[in-house]
Amino acid sequence: MSILINKNTKIITQGITGKTGQFHTEKCQEYANGKECFVAGVNPKKAGESIFNIPIYASVKEAAAETGATVSVIYVPPAGAAAAIWEAVEADLDLAICITEGIPVRDMLMVRNKMKEKEAKGGKKTLLLGPNCPGLITPDEVKIGIMPGHIHRKGRIGVVSRSGTLTYEAVGQLTEIGLGQSSAVGIGGDPINGLKHIDVMKMFNDDPDTDAVIMIGEIGGPDEAEAAQWCKANMKKPIVGFIAGVTAPAGKRMGHAGALISGGADTADAKLAIMEECGFKVTRNPSEMAKLLKAML
Amino acid sequence: MKIHEYQGKQILKKFGVTVPRGIFCQTVDEAVKAAEDLGGKVWVVKAQIHAGGRGKGGGVKVATSLEKVREYAGQILGMQLVTHQTGPEGQKVRRLLIEEGADIKHEYYVAALTDRATQSVAMMASYEGGMDIEEVAHKTPEKIVKVFVNPLVGLTDEQALTLAKGMGMNEASIPQCVDTLKKLYTCYMETDASLAEINPLIHEGDGTVKALDAKFNFDSNALYRQPEIVAMRDLDEEDADEIEASKFDLAYISLDGNIGCLVNGAGLAMATMDTIKLFGAEPANFLDVGGGATTEKVTEAFKIMLKNTKVKGILVNIFGGIMKCDTIATGVVAAAKEVNLSVPLVVRMKGTNEDMGKQILKDSGLPIISADSMAEAATKIVAAVK
Repeated sequence: MSILINKNTKIITQGITGKTGQFHTEKCQEYANGKECFVAGVNPKKAGESIFNIPIYASVKEAAAETGATVSVIYVPPAGAAAAIWEAVEADLDLAICITEGIPVRDMLMVRNKMKEKEAKGGKKTLLLGPNCPGLITPDEVKIGIMPGHIHRKGRIGVVSRSGTLTYEAVGQLTEIGLGQSSAVGIGGDPINGLKHIDVMKMFNDDPDTDAVIMIGEIGGPDEAEAAQWCKANMKKPIVGFIAGVTAPAGKRMGHAGALISGGADTADAKLAIMEECGFKVTRNPSEMAKLLKAML
Repeated sequence: MKIHEYQGKQILKKFGVTVPRGIFCQTVDEAVKAAEDLGGKVWVVKAQIHAGGRGKGGGVKVATSLEKVREYAGQILGMQLVTHQTGPEGQKVRRLLIEEGADIKHEYYVAALTDRATQSVAMMASYEGGMDIEEVAHKTPEKIVKVFVNPLVGLTDEQALTLAKGMGMNEASIPQCVDTLKKLYTCYMETDASLAEINPLIHEGDGTVKALDAKFNFDSNALYRQPEIVAMRDLDEEDADEIEASKFDLAYISLDGNIGCLVNGAGLAMATMDTIKLFGAEPANFLDVGGGATTEKVTEAFKIMLKNTKVKGILVNIFGGIMKCDTIATGVVAAAKEVNLSVPLVVRMKGTNEDMGKQILKDSGLPIISADSMAEAATKIVAAVK
C-alpha cells in the first residue's frame, strides 16, 4: 500500500498542452505505471484531440466521466490556477494536486473557503495538495508531479516536506543507505494551501506499509507545531524532523511565500523545540536525516 | 511589496476612509509651500521611509509655525533615519509628508491580515494604539480583539461592531468606526494586500474617526493585476542587489556572513545556510536559482554574490533532478571563468548525471573543491576560508 495514490490511480492533467504540462506529463508517463495512469487531459479549445496518446477533454467533469479518473494534476498558469482547482472540486474528484507556483493569495483564500463551504453543505470532499508543490510519488507505481523519478526506491519510509528540493534531498539520502520510500509528498511552500503536515502524518500513521517518517518543515506558520502536537498523542511510528531556516532573519521572505517569520513561535528554533518535546528525533544537520532514521528502526 | 505612508493614505482615501489632509514633498521649499496651502496653525512633518518606528527615531515632528516647518523639513530630509526596523545604518529620508494637525482624543489600533491557520482574513483592533502592537500582544494580549472574516461573506456588521466595541471606541464614534473597518476590509481584499494596518486610528474632539498612519504590504504574486500598486513601488527603499537579482529571476537576500551560497530550491537553500552555520561560519546570502540554472543565470548569481566584499568563499549546492548535473557543472565552470573567481569554491552536486558533472569540474583546471554531502561541503568551505 501507500498513501493517496498507487499504480491503479487514474489521473487527469489540467494544463496538459502548456510547456510545463507537456514536459512533465511525458516524464510521468515514462515512470513505472505512468502510461496506464495518465488517462486524460483538459483544454476546452483542444477537446477531441490527443497528446502523447492521451485524449483531451473540454472539462474536468467530462474527462472524469469518460475515463473514471479520480485525481487531477494542475500545471495551469497562476492567473487561472485557482479556477482550475475549483473545476476539479466541482467535478467531485478525490484529489487535486496543484503544481503551479505564484498563485495570488486572495485566489487561494477564495477557493479554499469555497471548498469548505461545499463540504459543509454535504458535498463531496476533494483533497488538495499544494499549490506551489512538487507533487507526490509512490515509488515503482506512479509519480504525479515534477520530482526526478530515478532517485526513488520502493520501500517503507514516508517523506513529507514543504520544499521540493529538500524532499529530494531526504529521498536521495534514504535511497543511498538502502531505505526505500512508501510515498514521498511535497505539500508546497505557499501560506494558504490544502493538505498540511498533520494530514499527511495521519495518513502515514494509518498506512500499514509505512514504518517510519521523515517530516521536513520550514520557518513561518503554525503547521509543523500542530502536526507535532498531534503526533505526540497519536503517532505510532518513529519520526525524524528537520526545520529549514535557523539562519533566516525575521521579516524576510525566504523564497517561498510561506517562509516568513512573523511572530516568535514560527522560527526554526521554536519549531524544533516543539517537535523534540513531542517525541520527534530532530536534527540541525540536514545531511543526517536518513542516517538518524535508520538508527531508529 | 511595501509602500510609503502617504501612498497608503491615498489608497485608504480612495476606499472612503477619512485621513488628514496632507501633501507629499521632496524639498524644504515644497514642504513650506505645502503647509501654507493646507492652512491652519499646526502641521506634522513626517519622514517617508518604508520602515516603522519613525517617530522614536526623530522622523516625525509637530510644527506650530511655518518657520518650524522649514526647520524640521530641513532636519529630516536627507537624514539617515535609524529605527528598530532599519538596522544600525538607518535609511536615508528622501520624501516627506506634510499634514494638517489632528485633534487627537484617543489613539487606537486596527489591522487586516491573512491568517494561515484559519484560512481567513483576521481583523484585529485594540484600545492600545500608537505603540508597537507586538509589545501589546506580548504584554497584554487581552487588549487585542480579533475577528476572522470568511472571504466569501466579507466583514459583517456584527463583526465590525464587535471590533469597534471591543477596542473601546468612543461611543459617539462607533457608527463611523464600523464603517471605517468595513472600508478597510474592502480595501485589503481589492488591493491584494497581505497586511493593512492603521496605527493609530484616532477619534477627534468632534467624534471624527481618522487614520493617522497607514502601513501596507502587498502579495507579490498578485502584482500583475494591480498596476496602480506597482506604480507606487519605490526602488530607493529596496536593496539594490535584490532588485538586480530579481531581473534574472533569482531570489536573493543578503545576510551578514562571509560564505556565499548558490542553491536550487528555497528549502534546500535555507538548509544549506543552516549547515554552514552548524559547521562554524555564517552565510553571506540566501540565493535560490530556481528550476533552470542556465550558464547565464549562474554567472549573474556569481556576480551578485561577489559584489558583497565580505564574501570569502562560495558554496554551490545543487540537487539535479530534471536539471542535469553536467549542465550545471558547465554553467559553474563558465561562470567561474567569466568572473575570474578568486575565492575558494566548493561544489556539491547530487542527482542526475552526477559523475559527468564532477568530471567536468575536475577537467576544468579550476581549483574547484568537490563534495558529496551538504555537511562535507560546509566543512570544506569553512576550512578553506579560515
